Amino acid sequence: MATEIPQSRQNLDPQISLYYQTRAAHHAVVTNDWLAQAQAAVGHPPEDAVSENSSLKSAGGEESGNGFSVVNEFNNWRKQPDLAEAVAAIRALASVIRSSQATTMMELEIELKKASDSLKSWDTTSISLTAGCDLFMRYVTRTSALEYEDFNSAKSRLLERAERFGEISYKARKIIAMLSQDFIFDGCTILVHGFSRVVLEVLRTAAQNRKLFRVFCTEGRPDRTGLRLSNELAKLDVPVKLLIDSAVAYSMDEVDMVFVGADGVVESGGIINMMGTYQIALVAKSMNKPVYVAAESYKFARLYPLDQKDMVPALHPIDFGVPLPSKVEVEMSARDYTPPQYLTLLFTDLGILSPSVVSDELIQLYL
Amino acid sequence: MDPRRVPRTVSDPKVRQVGFFAPPDRTQSGPPAPTSSSPPVSEISPSGNSLSPVMIPPPRNLSSDISRHFPPAPISPLRGGRGAADSSIPVGSYNPSEFISPTATADFSEDAVSPGWSRKGNSAKFASSLPTGGIGMAAVKQNNVPASGLATVSTVRMPKAVTEKGGATGEVQMEQQPGDSKISKEKTTKAERRALQEAQRAAKAAAKSGGSKTQAAASGVNSINANTGKVPKVTPSKKDSSSVAASEKRGGDRQPDKDRKKDVPHPRMQFDDENRVEKAKRRSVVKQTEARSRVELFRHLPQYEHGTRLPDLESRFFQLDPIHPAVYKVGVRYLAGDISGGNARCIAMLQAFQESIRDYSTPPEKSLIRDLTTKINSYVSFLIECRPLSISMGNAIRFLKTRINKLALNLSESEAKASILLDIDRFINEKIILADKVIVKHAVTKIRDGDVLLTYGSSSAVEMILLHAHELGKQFRVVIVDSRPKLEGQMLLRRLVGQGISCTYTHLNAVSYVMHEVTRVLLGASSVLSNGTVYSRVGTASVAMVAHQFRVPVLICCEAYKFHERVQLDSICSNELGDPDAIARVSGRTEINYLEGWTNSENLQLLNLIYDATPSDYVSMIITDYGMIPPTSVPVIVREYQREHLWI
Repeated sequence: MATEIPQSRQNLDPQISLYYQTRAAHHAVVTNDWLAQAQAAVGHPPEDAVSENSSLKSAGGEESGNGFSVVNEFNNWRKQPDLAEAVAAIRALASVIRSSQATTMMELEIELKKASDSLKSWDTTSISLTAGCDLFMRYVTRTSALEYEDFNSAKSRLLERAERFGEISYKARKIIAMLSQDFIFDGCTILVHGFSRVVLEVLRTAAQNRKLFRVFCTEGRPDRTGLRLSNELAKLDVPVKLLIDSAVAYSMDEVDMVFVGADGVVESGGIINMMGTYQIALVAKSMNKPVYVAAESYKFARLYPLDQKDMVPALHPIDFGVPLPSKVEVEMSARDYTPPQYLTLLFTDLGILSPSVVSDELIQLYL
Repeated sequence: MDPRRVPRTVSDPKVRQVGFFAPPDRTQSGPPAPTSSSPPVSEISPSGNSLSPVMIPPPRNLSSDISRHFPPAPISPLRGGRGAADSSIPVGSYNPSEFISPTATADFSEDAVSPGWSRKGNSAKFASSLPTGGIGMAAVKQNNVPASGLATVSTVRMPKAVTEKGGATGEVQMEQQPGDSKISKEKTTKAERRALQEAQRAAKAAAKSGGSKTQAAASGVNSINANTGKVPKVTPSKKDSSSVAASEKRGGDRQPDKDRKKDVPHPRMQFDDENRVEKAKRRSVVKQTEARSRVELFRHLPQYEHGTRLPDLESRFFQLDPIHPAVYKVGVRYLAGDISGGNARCIAMLQAFQESIRDYSTPPEKSLIRDLTTKINSYVSFLIECRPLSISMGNAIRFLKTRINKLALNLSESEAKASILLDIDRFINEKIILADKVIVKHAVTKIRDGDVLLTYGSSSAVEMILLHAHELGKQFRVVIVDSRPKLEGQMLLRRLVGQGISCTYTHLNAVSYVMHEVTRVLLGASSVLSNGTVYSRVGTASVAMVAHQFRVPVLICCEAYKFHERVQLDSICSNELGDPDAIARVSGRTEINYLEGWTNSENLQLLNLIYDATPSDYVSMIITDYGMIPPTSVPVIVREYQREHLWI
């Protein structure tokens, strides 16, 4: 996968968010790029290592001198499409500790910091990746026993915490699915927007528990998330209805609750998610329908957008199917910000929270 | 409710008579309240409202309901003792004990026109003249025990306050014919009170020796539960002799003060409680004259005549032995209005304390910790007399006292002093100066090129942010909204324009006109309370509300040491009253003199509020040295702050 990155950066419009490119790679859509890199990964490992090192020299590639590259590790993890990026990053950072040859705590922390920075630079628009790395650093280095023990035991303690964080993050989806079961009652209608693996897990668990419900999926242009989601749900024998994005208000009467995932949860308690979430939340609020967000706790980020434009832009290409005159501008932003007053509850692995608790958790962790 | 309402307004002088009401009916007997005997207070016309018939209707709150249900039995013995002995306990809303016992604790040295004090004398006279007076008093005092237990802080305050006013003026009116018209009652009351005030001044001059340090010590402690603390503590001391009860009360107050946290700035003392005000006045250093015509709704806040205090205090410089000159200087500057702004006042006060601690030496046979605390308390009460404490100052004082208490006992005097001085330095550095730097760093990330920033008044934090953003080269312009009478925005305007920032200047009445082009609103705060309410210069709430309506984000810039765990729902229960003459005059325009002689008009009161409370709904984000937090997270910071002893 590492080879894909420099290619992607050169081939396509540099304004396009890598995050959204690679998501396509994950979701059972076999693209040529993916095939190429899969072949490369299987066929030419030494070339991979060399080209990867050269391309990532600036981003901390000097670690390859140690025979280990965190980004390499990261991409190994990421080959599982089901694994969230942030979890892969956390696992990669844990392995940095494991294979580190530092002899002092300071050195280890510097190494971790460098690894974290290189991971973050791999995709600067991904909030969950940044947040996950930051949280990992805080969580792991926050133990006070670091000062008192000798280096090896401190290191093993760090490793222990890192692995624990990785485990929690990995299991987060299952925990969230379990917590949210109570909110899905028989005969309910759920509106889902975007393709979130957490939400899918929630619905999958509910279907396995033999709950009777039906799902409305928004089409999710231009990523076609609705099509993918309806595929998955059809496999679970859940009745699905596809709506075009404009039909949300029309169908909101029949809906009992709205379920979305999140790319990132910000300090105010709002969420950053796929474009269209804000719109749906506004409609739901005006019709008094609850909006539930399923988000793992490593997505809590220390951002605080004041309005829609206050975020790092993440753009993705939109194919209208017909050629447009060059004078016509296209809004290419891939995500929007939903303020906390439109959200009812957040389902996280820390429990079911109201939006104002996010800041509480962040303060406790960061201060 | 109405059939019962009229007798209530007539017969219950303890109920704060705020609102429109029918003229009192003299012939009414006691209210047909189900629970109590009938206090024959119907003869007394309602007290407070006799001064200003046109008033603001009261909020529908617990106290007014409770006071409606439970008539003030304790008044009865002084009125004629009709059924006083069997008066049932007015459970809950107020504790009339202060009124009854002339020894009501007046912790805080405040001067005030207190006809109440002499009224106590009158009441004693009246009571003695009434057959059942003494018995009633005793009965009433016993009744007070359960009454206090149920009182909440807020309801205790208002009814207690009204108790004093109501009882006092009602008492005075006992002297006249009950059939007097309301107008003549008012005039008599005022004249009566002025006469009492003169007599009081004379008495006070004679009784100046009462201002001992030990008294001041007990008085100076600011307890957050001062009111509730006093209420249960007051009840045990039911002796008739004033001095004994006074000392008991002081001792009683010391215990809760020791046990509880010493915090909550002064403004929580209810200034319409005549007894305590009188007590405070006797101990006060600064000579204060209570302003004569006061707005009814704000009777619980101190209001003094501003012209006389400063020259009087200046002239007494050489007589103020117990007050260190540095503290005296700071107090005079507060009084003159030279220092304003939460940070400036706090730093000035702390530096004055540093001076005084440097010069301090423990008297023999005394413990340094306790003696120093006592000294600090006396300085604090002096500063309160000059100007009520801001919340930032209150927090700083709390910090200082905690540090003094934590001093190890085995330290020598110089070591202890050095340690305290160092702590104060660190507090100023970390909590104010560095905190401001962190705030600036966070805030400039929210300023983009092309922004139009609106600010109100003059906040030191906002000014620093704007200057720093300009240094960083961001392109923005500033709208400064200002208001009378302080016109603080002009200083900010001058400084910003001097640095080359393009500014627009306007007054508060134009804020809705100008808001449509604004992209961000930056406001400062005197404090942020635990429910997210922002307590700031008056006018801030209006600006925030208009901004909210226009969907403009409102950013509050406030250092974390100004956060407070108290909760305030409106701007009335705790505030500061400034000089009303400042409203009446327009500086530089002597021809605008329509309000000259406003004090002589009985229908006119001028209200100059200094602070107001902005609800948390209007606030988008609070920028502190802990980062950018939503208003709902303020109690989290307060909790973490105290838990980790981050004041240290």
